[in-house]
Amino acid sequence: MPINPELQGRVYPTTPSYLVGREKIREFSRAVFSTNALNFDVAAAQQAGYADVVAPPTFAIVLQELTLAQLLADEDAGIELSHVVHGDQRFTQTRPIVAGDELTATMTIASVKTLGGNAMITSESRIEDASGQHVVTSTSTLVVRGDS
Amino acid sequence: MSGGGGTGTAASAGEGVRSAPRSENRFAELSVGDVVAEREFSLTRDSLVRYAGASGDFNTIHYRDDIAKSVGLDGVLAHGMLTMGLAVQPVLDWLGDPALIDDYQVRFTRPVYVDAETGATVSVVAKVGQVDAELGTARIDLVVTFNDQTVLGKAQVRVRAAK
Repeated sequence: MPINPELQGRVYPTTPSYLVGREKIREFSRAVFSTNALNFDVAAAQQAGYADVVAPPTFAIVLQELTLAQLLADEDAGIELSHVVHGDQRFTQTRPIVAGDELTATMTIASVKTLGGNAMITSESRIEDASGQHVVTSTSTLVVRGDS
Repeated sequence: MSGGGGTGTAASAGEGVRSAPRSENRFAELSVGDVVAEREFSLTRDSLVRYAGASGDFNTIHYRDDIAKSVGLDGVLAHGMLTMGLAVQPVLDWLGDPALIDDYQVRFTRPVYVDAETGATVSVVAKVGQVDAELGTARIDLVVTFNDQTVLGKAQVRVRAAK
């Protein structure tokens, strides 16, 4: 199934609000082998000027996954999960994510390129807090193998 | 220190955390090529299960050898995002505050196969790729290897000396 070239520029609906939990941050931090006190210790985080424990930089992928699910569920896009490989990933942050944040993510398909039999899809998910301020933009390039 | 996926190792945060000096001139002593941090990580299948649960990425190639092999892989491999997530940890320990990271990017170039019995060891060396002491900014390049081969390409962290 070919990738729909008209995907480029498409903006998907903003995701419902995601409340970042303190224990979720601790769980994620343990999973990425963090030893940083700001990820675990509320008092240490507050002493450093944060309202609560701080998420590691790659935590934003949890929010981006919610938007990528929209892309994979879009029948019009023509993407089959079993053919998808993660090519590259980038996080551009204004501030770290903190427990208690209520975040939304809005995905734009920045580019669709075909290279050989493969398609490369770059999706940019802009993550904002409840006041509409930018927190982080999470950008993924997915390589979709065309061997179907 | 490297965790190894056992319970509670990382929860004892505090040990190994160096408090960062908060000086504007913090990058003044840095030169391109300097190693600012390094660490080895021992991954086991437990680490992958833990990351799957924490991140919500339950792709079966990260816990079932039969399925991994059916799509042409050698066996179960670590989530790319787990490798990306742990590779930046030494930089965070060096910096102290996650707010000092502006941008972090990687390219996934090779799989990290995690053997059911022996696991996998991933080594991270963080070096200065670029520094502007006056602006208080630097680019830290990560060399991330498994079995003596790099597994991430263009792994770069853009950092600031102060908020």
